Amino acid sequence: MSSYVVRRVLSMLLLLLLLSLVVFILFSILPTDPARLTCGKSCTPEIIEANRHRLGLDLPVFQQYWEFLKGLFVGRTYAANSPDPINCSAPCLGYSFRRGEEVLILIKDGLPTTIWLALGAFVFWMVAGISLGVYAAIRRGTWRDKTVMGVGLVGYSLPSFFIGLLAIFFIIIKWNLLPYPSWVPPQEDPVGFLQTMILPWIILAILYAAFYMRLTRNQMLEVLGEDYIRTARAKGLPERTVIGKHALRAGLTPIVTAAGLDLAGLLGGAIIIESLFSLPGIGSLAITSVNDADLPVIVGITLVTATFIIVANLIVDLLYAAIDPRVRLG
Amino acid sequence: MAITESVAKAAPVAGRSLRQVVWSRVRHDKVAMTCLVILILLYLIAIFAPLICKVIGVDPYAFDGASISDSGGAPIGDWGGISRAHPLGVEWGTGRDILAQLLFGLRISLLIATSATIITVFLGTVIGIVSGYAGGRTDAVIGRSMDLILAFPFLLIILALSGVLTQRLSSLGVPEGNPSRILYMILVLSVFGWPYLARIVRGQVLSMREREYVEAAIAMGARTPRILFREILPNLWAPILVYATLTLPTYIATEAALSFLGIGVLPPDTSFGAMLANSVSYFSVVPSYLFIPGVVLVVLVVTFNLVGDAVRDALDPRSGRV
Repeated sequence: MSSYVVRRVLSMLLLLLLLSLVVFILFSILPTDPARLTCGKSCTPEIIEANRHRLGLDLPVFQQYWEFLKGLFVGRTYAANSPDPINCSAPCLGYSFRRGEEVLILIKDGLPTTIWLALGAFVFWMVAGISLGVYAAIRRGTWRDKTVMGVGLVGYSLPSFFIGLLAIFFIIIKWNLLPYPSWVPPQEDPVGFLQTMILPWIILAILYAAFYMRLTRNQMLEVLGEDYIRTARAKGLPERTVIGKHALRAGLTPIVTAAGLDLAGLLGGAIIIESLFSLPGIGSLAITSVNDADLPVIVGITLVTATFIIVANLIVDLLYAAIDPRVRLG
Repeated sequence: MAITESVAKAAPVAGRSLRQVVWSRVRHDKVAMTCLVILILLYLIAIFAPLICKVIGVDPYAFDGASISDSGGAPIGDWGGISRAHPLGVEWGTGRDILAQLLFGLRISLLIATSATIITVFLGTVIGIVSGYAGGRTDAVIGRSMDLILAFPFLLIILALSGVLTQRLSSLGVPEGNPSRILYMILVLSVFGWPYLARIVRGQVLSMREREYVEAAIAMGARTPRILFREILPNLWAPILVYATLTLPTYIATEAALSFLGIGVLPPDTSFGAMLANSVSYFSVVPSYLFIPGVVLVVLVVTFNLVGDAVRDALDPRSGRV
């Protein structure tokens, strides 16, 4: 078990290293010039050239990558020889000249919003998805099953930006049920927070719940045909225990896998929902950075998001053993 | 050879190929058949869109100054200026016909989603088979690259790279503008899509390469490509077909999302996502700008998903039990 964990963590670190290299090379083909963003209107080619040199942007890609890696562990100083050097302490994910801020701080600022969005939606979709999926499986073949699955299919097919626009049109503009969304942290204004978040939560949840419903239903149908379910029923266990403890638990493994990865993906920012509801999270940061050609921020977000997914992959695999006693890690 | 023939003659029930089994099951599924007919119609509409527009007398590119007000360019009439000349209304500011835009948008959506699905299936199948059959180092390298691709926040990467890569396609000889943008979408959807299928195929191949018929082929001296693509591939059609039918609708939705975020085709061409993105500025005044492309998009995706579901049920050997 412990040697398995060590092996997995090592291969995860290797993957992260590889990933950061690929991201670096991938984005080095972009013609955007971070040096151009370092000086304002009074820019001359000479100043840009000098800045590029000072900031190490004229180095070959691999050397820049090395500087970036070093910055992650020991921090780095941009423009060290100039009168006003920029200090970026470890772990340094880069520096956005566009915004005059460390990338890590920008991401940290956006993270609370994104985490609230992701967690809220996660709770909604897991509860709705699993309970409806179990319900459909128990009632399989009936009109109830068919209705639930039919609604699920439609939910699964709805593009998020379309439901988002519909919700804004009807609920906010037409019927005035909610005020225009404006982000406030929950500790400052709990009511405003809920009013802003409820629609994004529900919309994200609709998209994901439909998928989890189908997954749960399929898993349950598979497991309910197993011998040990018959045994459990024959022992006279109440149906609730049979379904909840024996069937659902055994069928939970792929659901946990999907849930872990989806949650991790959402923590990297929901670009469309965040920009539709003007939530200042990672997704909004990502889209503004793309529009501004703010390369360091794009690289930073890509790396952080990918790290979330890779770490989630590991956690999910380790969770298997805890959920399903039949799983042996090795 | 003689033995199999005599067995076939002796058998009381004629064997059915996979295609026959699937077709007979799908044919008895009324919902699936309806959806299949709708899909064929939609493809025909997309292919013959220019002709249809001519027959109806609408044009996606023609400005119509008479149908919009002189000040501000708002469409004249209710629901975005619905009239006999413009059955679904006209665009704000230009007076271009919405129905014609919808038909041409359908064309672009289906073109992108279908081509991307074909490339994805090709890449996923070939790489999956090779990875599963070769094993060892090849398998490990392919496996790690798939992990890498799956870990990328693909929406962000696609957005960030769109400008440069579209230009690069243009410099490689693809006509500038929308052809390059469309090709870019097809390529990125495929590049980020194949690992999912490759994983499925690889898993299947792992068990198949131990089967007797593969052993027999090796013993008869068949070369590896023949074993891969003539012996193993025919047994993989079920998962590949299911994956393809369920991937197409997700590509339609993703393409719409990308156009919505602004990297799709540019005016005067349009697509569902671009139409929805344009609707944002006007939909509190002209809601039909939002509803028309949105509803068509949802119907398109739902129809594809229903067909995909039916194909999956028909191919699943356990579907009879459930």
